Amino acid sequence: MISPARNPKDFWTGLIYIFFGSSAILIARDYDMGTGIKMGPAYFPTILGGLLLVIGAIAVIRSFLVPGAPITAFVFKGLTLIIVSVVAFGLIVRGTGLAIALPVLVIISALASTKFRWRPTLIMAAGLTIFCVLVFLKGLGIPLPVLGSWFGG
Amino acid sequence: MDLLSHLWLGLQTAASFTNLFYCFVGVFLGTAVGVLPGLGPTATIAMLLPVTFVLPPVTALIMLAGIYYGSQYGGSTTSILINVPGEAASVVTTLDGYQMAKQGRAGPALAASAIGSFFAGTVATFLIAAFGPPLAAVALSFGPAEFFSLMVLGLVASVVLAQGSLLHAIGMVVLGLLLGLIGTDVNSGTQRFTFGIYELADGIGFVTVAMGMFGLGEIIRNLENEEERSVLITKITGLWPTKEDFKRMVAPILRGTIIGSALGILPGSGSILGSFAAYSIEKKVSKNRAEFGKGAIEGVAAPESANNAGAQTSFIPLLTLGIPSNPVSALMVGAMIIHGIQPGPSVITEQPALFWGMIVSMWIGNLMLVILNYPLIGMWVRMIMIPYQLLFPGILVFCAIGVFSLKNTEVDVYFMALFGALGYLFSKLGCEPAPMLLAFILGPLMEEYLRRAMLLSRGNPWVFVQRPISASLLVLAVVAMSSVLIPAFSKTREEAFREGEG
Repeated sequence: MISPARNPKDFWTGLIYIFFGSSAILIARDYDMGTGIKMGPAYFPTILGGLLLVIGAIAVIRSFLVPGAPITAFVFKGLTLIIVSVVAFGLIVRGTGLAIALPVLVIISALASTKFRWRPTLIMAAGLTIFCVLVFLKGLGIPLPVLGSWFGG
Repeated sequence: MDLLSHLWLGLQTAASFTNLFYCFVGVFLGTAVGVLPGLGPTATIAMLLPVTFVLPPVTALIMLAGIYYGSQYGGSTTSILINVPGEAASVVTTLDGYQMAKQGRAGPALAASAIGSFFAGTVATFLIAAFGPPLAAVALSFGPAEFFSLMVLGLVASVVLAQGSLLHAIGMVVLGLLLGLIGTDVNSGTQRFTFGIYELADGIGFVTVAMGMFGLGEIIRNLENEEERSVLITKITGLWPTKEDFKRMVAPILRGTIIGSALGILPGSGSILGSFAAYSIEKKVSKNRAEFGKGAIEGVAAPESANNAGAQTSFIPLLTLGIPSNPVSALMVGAMIIHGIQPGPSVITEQPALFWGMIVSMWIGNLMLVILNYPLIGMWVRMIMIPYQLLFPGILVFCAIGVFSLKNTEVDVYFMALFGALGYLFSKLGCEPAPMLLAFILGPLMEEYLRRAMLLSRGNPWVFVQRPISASLLVLAVVAMSSVLIPAFSKTREEAFREGEG
C-alpha cells in the first residue's frame, strides 16, 4: 500500500483505528449513555471508541515523523481465492449439500497455490468430502445434508 | 495431607478410561498439529472445539489442554529435523537443534527435548497444584474492582509481550474489547453494533474470530512464500544421548524449567518469551558457550524445558482466576462457559474433580508424549512432508464445517472469512492478533465488572485506586507498561523477537 507518510504501517493502522473508533462513537450515540453509577449501553463503547480514536491519531501523526519499514506486497490472488472459497461454501452449502459444497471449497482454495495441480486436488476433495460426511454428519450429527434442497435433499 | 488427597482425586478422574483416551487423542492431535506446517494450536483448538461439545466438561478440557502442550512438543520436532519451527515457542530450538541433526545427532537432540519437556511438565504440574488453591482463595475475596484491574493488568501484559509496535498492540486490545461488545447488552437488552443482523444478537463467536484470524489469516500469509519443505534426515539413529550429553543437560533443564514456569504465568506470549530467555541465559552461563549455534545440547534442553513449563503454568491464571492469559486459554474459557462452568476462583471448590483431574491429566499427557513419540517419530517425519498446497484446503474444510456447526448458521462462515481478511491485513501492518483475541473475550466481562464496581462505589471512579489489591494490580500494570519505555528492556524485547524472526 502506498502512503504519503514515512511509516506506512503506522499510517494505515492509524487510519483503521480512527475508522473503527469514530464508527463506535457515532453508532453508540443511538444508545442510552446512562450515568457513572448506572452505566448505559453506550458508556463503555464510547470510552473505548474515544481511546481507539486517540491511538489511531497518534499513529497517524507518528507516521509522518518517524520513518518505518514499508509494507510488503499483498498476495491478492491468495487472499481473494481463500475468501471467495469460504464465502462460496457458505452460500451454497444448504442448497447443494456437502457433496458439492466441500469440493467447491477445496478446488477454489487450492487454486490459490502456485503449485496447484488438478489430480491431487481432486483426490483430496473426494477424500475430504467422504471423511467429513462420515465424521461430521453421521458421527457428530451436524444438521447438513449430503445433497441439499436444490436437489430435493 | 491435603495436596496428596487432592492429587489422588485428580488421579481418579484423569485415569478413567474415557479421560485417558481423550487425553491421548488430544496429545496425539496436538503433536500432529505442531508437526504440520502452518497450523498453530489456537486455530486447531478453535477447529476442534465443536467436536468436544459432545464430551463431558472434564474430558473436553483434558483433551483441549492435551492439544496445547502436545503442539508445543510437536513444534520442537520440526525445529530439530527440518529447521522449521512448528510453533512460535520452538523458534530458538532450531538454532542448535537443527545443527545437531545435521551432525547426525538428531536422536540425542530429540531426546534432550523430550526429557527436558517431561521434567519441566512434571515440575509445572506440581506448581499448579501447590499454588492454585491459595491463589484462588485470595481471588475469592476479589470484588468487581479487583477483577477489573486484574483484567487491565492482563491486557497490559499481553501488549508488552506482543511483537512489534507497542502502539499497534494497544490499539488491537481496544479494538478487541470493542468487537467483544457486539451483541445484546445484558443490562438494558439493547442490541449494540448488530446492524440489524439477527445472528449478531448473541455477538460474534470467539471461535469464529479465532479461526478467521489465526486459521485463515495464517493460510493467506503462508501463500506469500510457498517454500519446499525438505527433510534431510529421514533415518534417526542413535536415539539415546550419551552419558556426557546427560551431564550437560541437567543444569540447563533445571534453569529452563524455573525460567519457563515463572514467565509462563504472565499473560500474552509467556511461553514464547520463556524459551527465548532460557536460551539467552544458557548462552551466557554455560561452560560450552563456544558451541552454541553449532549444535550444543544445552541450547536444545533449556528452551525446550522452558517452553513446556510455560505452556503448563499458563493455565494457572485460567484455573485460579478465570482470566485467560493467551489465545489458547481464552478458547478454553469459552469451552468452559459452553459447558456451563463459570471460570473463576470458585472452580476449585465447586468442581474439584474437574480442577484436579485436569492437572493430573497434564502430567499423564506429558508422560504419554515421551513414551509415544519415539515409536511414532517416523510417522511425524512423513507428516512433515505433506505438501502445503494439499494441506491448507483441508484446514479450510475443517474450519468451515466447524464454524458452521457452532450455531448451524452460514453467517458465522461469512464472519470467519471477514476476520480472515482482517487478520491478514493486520499481520501486514505489524499488528499481532493475540492481544486482540484476548481482549475480545474479556470485553463483555470487563464492562460488567466496571459497571458493578461503579455501582458499588456510587459512581466514584477512584474506587480502583482506593482498594489496596486493585490499586496494586494497576500499579503493576503501569510498571509493566513503562518498563517498555526503559531503553534496556525495550532493546531486549526487540532482540528476543528479532532472534525469533531470523
